[in-house]
Amino acid sequence: MSAKQKSEAGITHDGHFFSEESLHEMHDKMLFIRRFEEKAGQLYGLKKIGGFCHLCNGQEAVCVGLEHASEPADYMMTSYRDHGHILARGSDPTAVMAELLGRAGGIVKGKGGSMHMFDIEKNFAGGNGIVGEQVPIGLGFGFSSWYKEDGRVTICIMGDGGINQGAVYESFNMAALWKLPIVFLVENNQYAMGTSLDRASAETHLFKRGISFKIPGMKIDGMDVLEFEKKMGEAMEHARSGKGPILVEAMTYRYRGHSMSDPATYRTRAEVDEWRSGRDPIARLQNQMIEAGLATEEQFKQKDKEIKKEVAAIGKAAEAQPEPDAAELWTDIYNDPIEGAYPYPGKVG
Amino acid sequence: MSKITYREALNQAMCEEMTRDDRVFLMGEEVAEYNGAYKVSQGMLDKFGPKRVIDTPITELGFAGLGVGASMAGLRPVIEFMTWNFAILALDQIVNAAAKMKYMSGGQYSCPMVFRGAGGSAARVGAQHSQSLENWLANVPGLKVVMPSNPADAKGLLKASIRDNDTVVFIENEINYGDVGEVPDDEYIIPLGVAEVKRAGTDVTIVAHSRMTGFALEAARVLAEQGIEAEVIDPRTIRPLDENTILRSVAKTNCAVVVEEGWRFAGIGAEISARIMERGFDDLDSPVIRVTGKDVPMPYAANLESLALPSVADIVEAARVACGRG
Repeated sequence: MSAKQKSEAGITHDGHFFSEESLHEMHDKMLFIRRFEEKAGQLYGLKKIGGFCHLCNGQEAVCVGLEHASEPADYMMTSYRDHGHILARGSDPTAVMAELLGRAGGIVKGKGGSMHMFDIEKNFAGGNGIVGEQVPIGLGFGFSSWYKEDGRVTICIMGDGGINQGAVYESFNMAALWKLPIVFLVENNQYAMGTSLDRASAETHLFKRGISFKIPGMKIDGMDVLEFEKKMGEAMEHARSGKGPILVEAMTYRYRGHSMSDPATYRTRAEVDEWRSGRDPIARLQNQMIEAGLATEEQFKQKDKEIKKEVAAIGKAAEAQPEPDAAELWTDIYNDPIEGAYPYPGKVG
Repeated sequence: MSKITYREALNQAMCEEMTRDDRVFLMGEEVAEYNGAYKVSQGMLDKFGPKRVIDTPITELGFAGLGVGASMAGLRPVIEFMTWNFAILALDQIVNAAAKMKYMSGGQYSCPMVFRGAGGSAARVGAQHSQSLENWLANVPGLKVVMPSNPADAKGLLKASIRDNDTVVFIENEINYGDVGEVPDDEYIIPLGVAEVKRAGTDVTIVAHSRMTGFALEAARVLAEQGIEAEVIDPRTIRPLDENTILRSVAKTNCAVVVEEGWRFAGIGAEISARIMERGFDDLDSPVIRVTGKDVPMPYAANLESLALPSVADIVEAARVACGRG
């Protein structure tokens, strides 16, 4: 355990000071994401959310630490496990919930669902359903910052499954060749769907995967939000200072199955419990804050009640929304539709 | 007007658009220092510098995706595939990302960009380097598919494609690169989605795109000697298809032949025939006839290769049958 000293109003972790306010903010965001995902799981069980639904319970420290280490102008894109990231970015949670429910007020108008969350105002570019597809796209965002010299960093997130796609290495090569300002972040939650890391990867230290492209790598504890934010900040600084891309491996764990339809029989209850009770990022921060005299157990219980209430209200508000208008079927396909030629009238009669 | 080649016309289009709009850049294999595998980008590195004319490693999926991301972030990429055969490696980014981005993001992000390169059959290069894939791409909502058949169209359509706010799949023809034609020197834009009647006629409608337009025009010349006046229509934009120009012609000629270099099964000819049947059934005196590439991988031997491709004679014969003079 690294040195943590009590200070006036905050915690100093490994030389990095976190104010009381920022600690509460990180805690509340992580807890909000946890409760939001639980609500999504519940609504899925009630068949109100359809299709594929990938929850991020257990991985909240990565979502929140990342957000705190980056600037609002920085670009971010990820895989289909995207609820936590878009919520951490500050998108409207009712719109995210409405999207899960396929409602008109969904963040992408009910056209994307769980896997395709986007928020251009927050520079959040998806929500991509094809494993690893977001990596070349992230390369393009990084390229645009190099081209425009706009000082932004792209945070391109993938999983320990996604990093095995060939497109990732094509992207590593070009990012390093042209020194693009990109942080490639691997959320290593140990399982690519049902395949454990050691069954899928010859080199299980994923931060080393950039070595042959001269991309430096860092492994960070993704279950400790303070540690993650601090180290992620260093990675961001590396990319922002013109040194080119960097590869960050966040060690984390998902408590739920790969998706809602996955009973996760490929791992033991004991293993899940070990992460859940021993390394949970929310409990860990709570303990650190209590130890530092910044909060009490009672306060956290109270906060949890408030957040549960808030999430329940969000669920209700989203459920009350209408489904998208039928006319939406034909919108958002082309920016410049050609009149008379599209849409092709395929109707009967 | 100047007499220039198809490749020079494409070069002119890109240079003019890059001069007009500094968001436009050209990226692909051998586009910069080598001046293009087919010399389409000749001189562009000298003119625009290495930031805007960029050589890539051989990594189609990666740089296609780079274009997708860059377009989402506000740039106007022109991504060159040395040939469309290699773009098969990049289909995930074209089909699953670029084409769907606007829809999936509820209209927030889109990918205004051009994927361009040589398509169609080349000469004596075998099965993997000689094929027409426009029907695959034209099947996807969200994409526009453009195929110029001569130098003037190449310039006007490429300029329109670069300015277009959607993802344009721009398929050039490898064998047409050296063709010479009159091309307007100044600002010349051909709107997407507009077919052109390349030759007026009254007896039979021949619809053909890309290199096959030239074959159809040659067939029309042969048919004229036999007293048959063919009307030749080049859709120019495959998707969205300007079916009204085709239907107007069929209303006049009452019969049609659809020509394509690609395979017959679920090809562009199948789509055009179906549309004529759906909306022009009462105008037809005979079934629409398709002239297509044979349903085989492209062979190498010269005799087999020419057997695999549609010929002028095939088109002449089909036109005679269609108009009842077979």
